[in-house]
Amino acid sequence: MALLDIRQRVGWLFMTVIVAHLILISAQVSSHRGVPLLEEAIFGAVSEVQRVATGGIGEARGAWHNYLNLRQISRENDELRQRLSQLEVALQRERALAGQTRLLQELLDFKKETPLSTTPATVIASGASPDFRTMTLDKGSSEGLAADMAVIAPAGIVGRVILPTARAAKVQLIIDRNAAAAGLVERTRAQGVVVGTGSDRMRFEYVPGTADVKTGDRVVTSGMDGIYPKGFVIGQIESIERTAGEFSAVLIRPSVNLSALEAVLVVTSASEVPKADRIAAERTKPATARPE
Amino acid sequence: MRAVGALIAIALALALQTTLARFVVGGSTPIDLVLVAVVYVALTSGAASGMLAGSVAGLVQDALASDIIGIGGLAKSIVGFVVGAIGQQFIVTAAVPRLFVFMAATAAHVLLFQGLYAALGLRTFSSPWAAVATQALGNTVVGMVAFATVESLPGVFERRRLSRRPKV
Repeated sequence: MALLDIRQRVGWLFMTVIVAHLILISAQVSSHRGVPLLEEAIFGAVSEVQRVATGGIGEARGAWHNYLNLRQISRENDELRQRLSQLEVALQRERALAGQTRLLQELLDFKKETPLSTTPATVIASGASPDFRTMTLDKGSSEGLAADMAVIAPAGIVGRVILPTARAAKVQLIIDRNAAAAGLVERTRAQGVVVGTGSDRMRFEYVPGTADVKTGDRVVTSGMDGIYPKGFVIGQIESIERTAGEFSAVLIRPSVNLSALEAVLVVTSASEVPKADRIAAERTKPATARPE
Repeated sequence: MRAVGALIAIALALALQTTLARFVVGGSTPIDLVLVAVVYVALTSGAASGMLAGSVAGLVQDALASDIIGIGGLAKSIVGFVVGAIGQQFIVTAAVPRLFVFMAATAAHVLLFQGLYAALGLRTFSSPWAAVATQALGNTVVGMVAFATVESLPGVFERRRLSRRPKV
C-alpha cells in the first residue's frame, strides 16, 4: 500500500530522488576551492540565511536608531525653529532700529544744515480718511507747535500743521486737495501756486504762458505764502499740457515719499537763523545737551 | 511481486555486468547491462518503479565502479523515470519502438553521466559520441534479446510442462 501511495506521487518522488543524488554527489565532489560541494553549498546557504538574518537585525537596529535620532532631531528642529523665530524677531527689531537711527541721523543732519528753528517730530499715524491727506505727529502745542507751521523733511516740503493739540498735531500734507504752496521753478524762477489734488501728484497753477517751464524742472517754495520757508523742494515737474498758449495742466511729483515718512521737522520759527551763528551755538553746547 | 522481479533483474544485471564485463571487447565494455535492466523495469512497471530501480542500481553500480557515488544513480534515475513515463504514455510493446527506446535511453544515460562528470570538472571523455553510439548499439541488442527472452519464457515453460505430462 505504501508503495502504491508513493507511486501516486511520482513527481515528488522524482524530485526527492534527484535532490538526494545531488546531495550525495555534492558530499563527495570538491569545488575548485578544494571544499566539498555539499559543505560549500550548505555553508553558502546557511551563510546567506545568516547574512539575511544579520542584515535584518542590522536594518531593525538601524531603523530603531534612525527613529530615535529622528525624534531627537525633531525636538532639536522644534527648538531651532523657536530660536530662529526669536532671532528673526530680534533681527527685524534691529533692522527697524537701524533704519530709525539712519532716519534720525539724516534728520539731525538736515536740522543742522537748515537755517531755521525746527522741532523734530515722529509720525504716529496717517490720515483716517482717504479724502483728506493728513498725518499725526507725536508733538503738540506743549512742544511749541502751532497751526500753519511748515513741516519739512530732508527731501523737501511735507505739509503744514492744521490742528495742534497739547501732545499731538495734525498735519495737512502738501498733496491734500485743500493744500497749496507758493512755488517757483528753480531753473527759471517762474512762479506759480502748487495745489494738492488728493492723489500722489500736485498741480502747478497760475504759471504765466510765457514762462520757461520744462518737464523735469524742480519746483521749490518761494516763501510768498508766509507758511513754507523759501527754497525748500516741493517736487519735480512730471508732465506739461498747453492749451491755446497757456499752461493748462502742469503736474508735479512730490520730492518726499509721503507714504513712508517716519520723522519730520516742524519749522517753529519762520525767521532764519544765520548759519554761522547757528553752527557756533551748536559747537558751544555740550554734546549731551544737543537736540536729537 | 513486480518489485521483487525488478530487484532480481537488477541484481542479475549487476552480477553479469561485474563478472562478464571483462570478457567483452577487451574489458572496456560498451554494454551497460544495469541500464538495460533499468529500462526493462521502467517499460514494464512504470515511471516510479523505473526511477527507483535506476536509483538503486545506479548507486550500487557507482559504489562498485565509480569514484563518485551518485552520478550514475542520478543518470539512471532520470532515464528510468523518463522511460517509464514514455512507456505509460505510448505503446512500446513492438520491437521497433523498444529499439528506439533502448537507443534513446542509452544515449541519454551516456550524455547525462559524462555530462555530469564534465560539469563537475572531474573527468573528460575523449570521444563521447563514439561511446554513445557503441553503447547504444550494444544495449539495444542486449535489451531486445532480453525482452524477447523474457517474453518467450512463459511459452517455453508451458510447452515443457505439457511435454512432461504422461501420455495416456
